[in-house]
Amino acid sequence: MTLDKNARLGLLLATPTTLYVLLLIAAPVGMTIAYSFWTQEFVDVTRDFTWANYREVFADPLYRTLIFRSVRIAAMVTLLTVLLAYPVAYHIAFNVKKNKAMWLFLVTIPFWTSYLLRVFSWKLILAQNGVVNSALLWLGVIDTPIDTLLYNSEAVVVTLAHAWAPFAILPIFVSLEKIDRSYLEAAKDLGEGPVRSFLRVTLPLSIPGIIGASMIIFIPTVGDYVTPALVGGSDGAMVANMIQVQFGKANNWPLGAALALSAVVCVTGAACLLVLGLKLIERSLK
Amino acid sequence: MNRVVAVLSRIGRLLPAYAVLYIGFLYLPILLLPLFSFNDSKILGFPLTGFTTKWYGSLAEQTALFDALKNSLIVAVVSAVVATSLGTLISRAITKHRFPLRRISQTLVMAPLVMPEIIIAISLLIVFLGIGIGTTLFTVILAHSLLTIPFCVSIMTSAFGQFDDALEEAAVDLGETSWGALRRVTLPVVSPGIISSLLISFTVSFDEFILAFFLSGNSPTLPVYIWSQVRFPAKLPNVIALGSLLILISILFLLVAERFRRRSERFTQQPE
Repeated sequence: MTLDKNARLGLLLATPTTLYVLLLIAAPVGMTIAYSFWTQEFVDVTRDFTWANYREVFADPLYRTLIFRSVRIAAMVTLLTVLLAYPVAYHIAFNVKKNKAMWLFLVTIPFWTSYLLRVFSWKLILAQNGVVNSALLWLGVIDTPIDTLLYNSEAVVVTLAHAWAPFAILPIFVSLEKIDRSYLEAAKDLGEGPVRSFLRVTLPLSIPGIIGASMIIFIPTVGDYVTPALVGGSDGAMVANMIQVQFGKANNWPLGAALALSAVVCVTGAACLLVLGLKLIERSLK
Repeated sequence: MNRVVAVLSRIGRLLPAYAVLYIGFLYLPILLLPLFSFNDSKILGFPLTGFTTKWYGSLAEQTALFDALKNSLIVAVVSAVVATSLGTLISRAITKHRFPLRRISQTLVMAPLVMPEIIIAISLLIVFLGIGIGTTLFTVILAHSLLTIPFCVSIMTSAFGQFDDALEEAAVDLGETSWGALRRVTLPVVSPGIISSLLISFTVSFDEFILAFFLSGNSPTLPVYIWSQVRFPAKLPNVIALGSLLILISILFLLVAERFRRRSERFTQQPE
């Protein structure tokens, strides 16, 4: 194969970065897959092929529960984040005339501050003497502080829905901004009210943005470690916490690797179902 | 259906108020830390008891903190330079050249953004210990460069994408070599993008926890140090004060990065 000068130079410029990412992703993931079929014997790892780790992951109710709970929490986080963020993206795309960039910048600032500290701050918000309880007491809604706000899966969902906000707003905003405004005028001319034209024009055309937002939130959330560790308690623990235990205290790396890969397979399956579901909604609205 | 229409049209009118409330929800956690950092009590909760700056003062006594800060600065600076260099090279290739496997390379370098970080962390841990280089600041730098490359690529492809090729062609017509045109015309024009990419990757690396947690060995970065302190209630007021300073630094960096990004857009805009 002969390449012209332009292509040769492009290949030369692209190769170092591509190789760097390939070496640090493909090789390590390959090693992890290999590990998941090996066995931990005290400090050593026996390199004989076995399905035992995967059998343990799916037979032991503890591991199974953790994986399914992680997928469930991630699905709830995705749903809540998109629901909360959609109206804001809509507002910026359609109601804000000047300063759109300023609004988008305002939305992204919190994301750039330390994730660890933001999660920690949610601990202060949901604590017994935290912001929510103090506000409710002061308003007279409750007489005694609610002590069940923290350390459960709901606390994890709320905290993550906050952390992912810009990742939902930006793709949805982009898809709303791209909608040709003459479609909306046409709907209006044909006698559709604002709400009906939203349901039949705007919403279906923004589904690609919703799909983008969902993927970028759903997949990484399944593997989140910090939030369940800080605000989840034992009822809100997720699979990443157990993976860390296997690579730390329990010192069973092959099992940890099998757990991680099982979670990846489950998340990929669930993500495909999610996209399929959203595409069906898109079709039924059109 | 009619009920849906009624509810939605009511929501429509409340939209501006909702958007403002939502922004408040976004900022609540990062405003709360500075508030508690000036509170004169070891208990982090309401009611606030009085104003003090002692939690900031006692930060100076913690030597482990300064070691962690030094580690974080080394990691963030080196990762930012590595990721921005690699990101700039491939962005130039993607935007100005047609070559085999172009789309695959482009997708691949964005992959770290959508992979669960815990998977990247354990995979790298297995490899680094497997090939015997252990876990040090160097391994954190390798991981952070990997993680920040997608951010650099998005900034730099946009910078190169908006760059007017005619400028470079004009330089070559006027007798520059193609290397000279790149160095004296293209790079200066996209330099705001490069600075923005450096600042963003610095910020991402400086705040990153999971990869550093698995890969930093005996030299903790600042987030790993904070994690080790969070478990001790007596240390919390100090952690909050430190956290408030970090949030302030992140926001300052971000504001500067945004200025450069905007300047890069203005610089490289093609004539109408």
